[in-house]
Amino acid sequence: MPPLTLTVFWALAGMAITGATLCITRRSPLASALWLVVTLFALAGLFVLLDAQFIGVLQVLVYAGAIMVLFLFVIMLLNLGRPGPSDLKGPVGGAVAALLAGTLLLQLGGVGSSGPPDVIRMPEGTVAALQREQGMVGAVARPLFDTYLIPFEITSILLLAAIVGAVVLAKRKL
Amino acid sequence: MLLGPALAVSAILFTLGVAGVLLRRNAIVIFMCVELMLNAVNLTFVALAQQLGISGQIFVFFVMAVAAAEAAVGLAIILAIFRHKETVDLRNINLLKG
Repeated sequence: MPPLTLTVFWALAGMAITGATLCITRRSPLASALWLVVTLFALAGLFVLLDAQFIGVLQVLVYAGAIMVLFLFVIMLLNLGRPGPSDLKGPVGGAVAALLAGTLLLQLGGVGSSGPPDVIRMPEGTVAALQREQGMVGAVARPLFDTYLIPFEITSILLLAAIVGAVVLAKRKL
Repeated sequence: MLLGPALAVSAILFTLGVAGVLLRRNAIVIFMCVELMLNAVNLTFVALAQQLGISGQIFVFFVMAVAAAEAAVGLAIILAIFRHKETVDLRNINLLKG
């Protein structure tokens, strides 16, 4: 692992964690949304470092591009841009949140440190070789339209249902 | 390998998302924290895909599709609630509270 890769990884990881922390602590929802965009961009960079270039591009297009614009649009529409009274819970709520989140982090740390068992691990470089052979998009697209064809088609029905649902729910007279 | 660090970052981001949901009262910000948790899980999928096969990246694709659908419907629900109650503060949206 070249040291530069590790440096870039930790820089992006720090950016993601800082963005996430500021996202949950800023008073204005607008500031929260913009810090979340920073986190999403940093995550796209992490995806690229983890050999998932296509997913990284999708992350920028779908998350930072489409979903966050939707969030910002709703924030503007509801006129929540100005920082009003804080919506953060008081010291008791904060302590409960910190306690529960800390417990969760400890438990996740216990699971994550062991990693996947060796039995199901592929030999080093299998995925990288596949990506070299079929290209970054091809390596994802082939199984998507082959093994995962039915889930893929069901996704289209889900999106259609979401479109209809959003239009019906956002109608003026419900 | 970057697997260990990536899983650690993912765990921290997921925890921050949970903390945000527990800490905030604004429905839209809580919704954004849910998106943050989904992204933390995506990072886990991508990190493990390096060793366990390309299927992990395909699952990220599906998670993104579901997240997009969820964001569209969820924000429409928040819009409908706002039109009804003139607020997105969860303290005032307690119809189901006994």
